[in-house]
Amino acid sequence: MSSTSPSTPETASQHPETGTARVKRGMAEQLKGGVIMDVVTPEEAKIAEDAGAVAVMALERVPADIRKDGGVARMSDPDMIDGIINAVSIPVMAKSRIGHFVEAQVLQSLGVDYIDESEVLTPADEVNHSDKWAFTTPFVCGATNLGEALRRIAEGAAMIRSKGEAGTGNVVEAVRHLRQIKGEIGRLRSLDHNELFAAAKELRAPYELVKEVAELGKLPVVLFSAGGVATPADAALMRQLGAEGVFVGSGIFKSGDPAKRAAAIVKATTFYDDPKVIADASRDLGEAMVGINCDTLPESERYANRGW
Amino acid sequence: MSRTPTVGVLALQGDVREHFIALAAADAVASPVRRPEELDEVDALVIPGGESTTMSKLVGVFGLLEPLRERVRAGLPMYGTCAGMIMLADKVLDGRDDQETLGGIDMIVRRNAFGRQNDSFEAAVEVKGVEGGPVDGVFIRAPWVESVGASADVLAVHDGHTVAVRQGNVLATSFHPELTGDHRIHALFVDMARER
Repeated sequence: MSSTSPSTPETASQHPETGTARVKRGMAEQLKGGVIMDVVTPEEAKIAEDAGAVAVMALERVPADIRKDGGVARMSDPDMIDGIINAVSIPVMAKSRIGHFVEAQVLQSLGVDYIDESEVLTPADEVNHSDKWAFTTPFVCGATNLGEALRRIAEGAAMIRSKGEAGTGNVVEAVRHLRQIKGEIGRLRSLDHNELFAAAKELRAPYELVKEVAELGKLPVVLFSAGGVATPADAALMRQLGAEGVFVGSGIFKSGDPAKRAAAIVKATTFYDDPKVIADASRDLGEAMVGINCDTLPESERYANRGW
Repeated sequence: MSRTPTVGVLALQGDVREHFIALAAADAVASPVRRPEELDEVDALVIPGGESTTMSKLVGVFGLLEPLRERVRAGLPMYGTCAGMIMLADKVLDGRDDQETLGGIDMIVRRNAFGRQNDSFEAAVEVKGVEGGPVDGVFIRAPWVESVGASADVLAVHDGHTVAVRQGNVLATSFHPELTGDHRIHALFVDMARER
């Protein structure tokens, strides 16, 4: 089904329908409370699955290495994605460049379970994101604020992640973006219905979606946090701030003991409101990834600025 | 048994919130369960949709496996959707080798049997014991029931595959009524909790 309506999905018909808004968004609902881990090999994917990841993100280089290596970062090699799909039984996600709908078509043909149209890769289009309604495979997109999240949803995104600053091991931008999104939702809640039209204009987002968020008090799709989570406490922080789950990129496989850290972050994500469990999970994890101070990052190296 | 039962939702991972909403609509009080002692406060338990390998791992890590198995044996009403159906199966195919289930229904369930996400679908499903026409079946990387024992009752079939089963106080569906606005199956389960 190629519905262009972002509103609540319709009644099921007698004939099975794939790719509906409800099965795309519903897939993300199943991931809630979980951790999605970046992996670059089938072996890492298995470690992630063993640790209790709800899904893995298959990519060629983790963001920390993309930063280090520079150059153009693109969709991963299909062989590498196939290898990871065959290695694990949990869902597999993969990244396309922003606006590179052909990379997305390739990922769909490979059978990935979710496509991340990601600012971590080098954008292919500086004006347009991909039309995500055109795909059966659901999409997750990053956002730094509510307007950006709603524009992505209007384009068909079935899940949103706050962007943070990938590959830094520094949670500060993740906190900034999640607080921004949650804060703006809170403000919409307080508006009179007469004020929602002007709010939509300010947010540069469709009025219908703005109205829906004002009524629901949340996005109409699942909201995860990404970009800078490196410790169990970081993951729990994002959940206490309102993320429904977390993406962990470089934080696991750039650390001293990935298997142990991965399991610890899973535990802390489930018991995000229990400091005793988080404390236990935080013991003896070995070295965390080194991390980068975001205020020393030049503008051109800030991935969160990519996408509009 | 009180007239308004308290129904726990196993809240380790998955679509817990949607079950809370559906249970409230079906006149139950919903309560999250993440710790063994929280099981003492519920009259019934929902195992939500989610990732079954993650859920089974967390059930083990947080000491819930044996307490949950005891509750199943003692007849606590349980309802599992999708991953929850897998958790309530005596045997799982295409799972991880170390994947533990609670059991409760004498059935063999095949994980992700309907395919990957691109094969996820919606279809109308007739469910035995649910009046008023078919329910909206939302199947997401869904399992199906490969075979059931004599004591289990098949409640729904889609495309030749069993997708809803009840055995005694334990109910399981391959699909996710909690993702629809149709709360009839939750109402059926809340009735089971009330009758116990």
